[in-house]
Amino acid sequence: MLESLARLRSHAWPLVIGMTAGGAAVVFAGPTLFWGLVALGLAAVLIMQFVTFQEPILWSPDQNSDEPLALLPPLTRLLLERLPMPVMLLDDDEMVLFANQFMREVLGPGLDRKRASSVLRNPEVLAAIAGAGRGESADVPLTLPVPVERHFQAYATRISVAPPVTVLLLHDLTMVRRSEQLRADFIANASHELRTPLAAVSGFIETLRGPAKDDTEAREQFLEIMTNETARMRRLINDLLSLSRIEMNEHVKPQGRVGLESVVRQAAAALKLLAAQDGIAVVVDAAADVPEVNGDQDELVQLFQNLIHNAIKYGRENGTVRIMVGRSDGQVFAAVRDDGEGIAPSAIPRLTERFYRVDVKRSRERGGTGLGLAIVKHIVSRHQGRLSIESQVGEGSTFTVFLPAAPAEIPAKAPAPEPVTEML
Amino acid sequence: MTEHTVKSFGEQLEALSALVAQMGGLAEAQFAAAIEAIARRDSTAAERAVGGDARIDEIQQEIEERALKLLALRQPMAVDLRETLAAIKTAAELERIGDLAKNIAKRAMVLNREPPIRLTQSLARMGKAAQNQLKQVLDAFSNRNAEEAEAVWNRDGEIDEIYNSLFRELLTYMMEDPRTIGLCTHLLFVAKNIERSGDHCTNIAEVVYHMVRAGHLANNRPKADTTSETAVPYETHA
Repeated sequence: MLESLARLRSHAWPLVIGMTAGGAAVVFAGPTLFWGLVALGLAAVLIMQFVTFQEPILWSPDQNSDEPLALLPPLTRLLLERLPMPVMLLDDDEMVLFANQFMREVLGPGLDRKRASSVLRNPEVLAAIAGAGRGESADVPLTLPVPVERHFQAYATRISVAPPVTVLLLHDLTMVRRSEQLRADFIANASHELRTPLAAVSGFIETLRGPAKDDTEAREQFLEIMTNETARMRRLINDLLSLSRIEMNEHVKPQGRVGLESVVRQAAAALKLLAAQDGIAVVVDAAADVPEVNGDQDELVQLFQNLIHNAIKYGRENGTVRIMVGRSDGQVFAAVRDDGEGIAPSAIPRLTERFYRVDVKRSRERGGTGLGLAIVKHIVSRHQGRLSIESQVGEGSTFTVFLPAAPAEIPAKAPAPEPVTEML
Repeated sequence: MTEHTVKSFGEQLEALSALVAQMGGLAEAQFAAAIEAIARRDSTAAERAVGGDARIDEIQQEIEERALKLLALRQPMAVDLRETLAAIKTAAELERIGDLAKNIAKRAMVLNREPPIRLTQSLARMGKAAQNQLKQVLDAFSNRNAEEAEAVWNRDGEIDEIYNSLFRELLTYMMEDPRTIGLCTHLLFVAKNIERSGDHCTNIAEVVYHMVRAGHLANNRPKADTTSETAVPYETHA
């Protein structure tokens, strides 16, 4: 080790210290945010040092190599790969030299050696990359509208002239934009939807104070209606709040692993009493060895509670709600089937719109808020799944949720970073 | 042919493809701005969408010129020929999508002067579905992926169904209150334009499929899916 250290040119010393600290920081970065930040700072310093200056310091690549990435020492490459923000390196022809794991998550896999214009079609970002090639740094907003809307600020700048390398960094602003948007949506929806029940309640209060003051019969009747209306407002607020919460995290992949069968059983158990009131039997039919899915337990339970609750609400009296759990090529599905009246084909494509109701009066009677399926849709979308709705008028409806099966558990999640001492 | 010529031919083809992707990006941005103008009542986004059209037309011309030059000078065969043709065809479809986006944006400006109506949210949602189709089909074009293209082609029915449902709803509004006819007509045309954009995406999907597989998607079309041929029930109107 001493020998190899002696070989280093003197000006490389600060870097050795920086790199050791950086490596150590990466090793310990896991549990605490503080170390994460330290690692980030050091990573930035390291990238600057290694990429900006042509002179290879700790690594001696072929100076005449066609491959500019050869200039990146393994540790720097590792740091770039693990940097918790999307990073991409491009050459003079705007071909992708390197894209780290977060960039691949945003733009999809298979980016290497592709032209920027085919992987990232946004005209403003392409202009920024072209500008960076001429030595102008730029930052422009980037919105990826589908499948889940995401917002970024994209920074492009040239970091090396020979060989020519441009770096593109994306700063994720989705959370910020979302919270602004959700606040606006929440206020708009809440004020619009709460107006009707509120008007009803205040109307009855006025009547009870005035003309119906001493009418016992009317009083009982009015109080009953008022109770129903306030209950409706409460449900509406609960649903709006949970919709906002789910939308807020829609672009974040769920982390846990859950078995769909236990989720469905949990949701069904919670609704047993309600089903019994209408004489409806809830039956769960699960195939053997269905793989787990990557998902958020609470959200998935809510998803199936909403679907089963709907099936009970719109099912036939004394009928059966049947839930099937199974697998079909790489996907896990759970289908909730009722034997109610069914839904007209023209209404099906719009069921998941918020506040869309096939039959406004009936939905209100049944205590619907018009948000149940919108919530389902957003949870499915966060889990990268698919919702399929089939219905036969007069025979009943089936709501099927398809979710990608979780990959088989890998013992060690990722290779540990190479120890720094070996690199020296 | 020397190796140099072959290489530069490959490069020319690739540059053509990159130009189509770039045009796709512009069409995507324009369409996104038009939908944003509807969803958020944002007239600045609408102006952006209207202004974006010129650049798209410019690129389309450039693609045509380059493709013609390639055809005339290189006389490409097999997959090279199909790629060249695909570039011309896709550019034409993208240009139409750009026109439709411009029209949606113009109508959004009118709608934004009127009081807000909930139905615009349904339109925005339909627009998102079409946007998704456009993104997927452009990805399929870039990745030369026939399966992805086929998936886009199969999904178009969903947009048609939303269109049918919106059409009925708008008709009932107009019958209930003739004063809403002016506004509803704009909404109807926006819905129709979104539906047409979806159709252009399926056309691109067919082009991509042909480019990769040399076969035609339309010939294998499953007969059960007849959404695009289903007539809208005229009797509701009578």
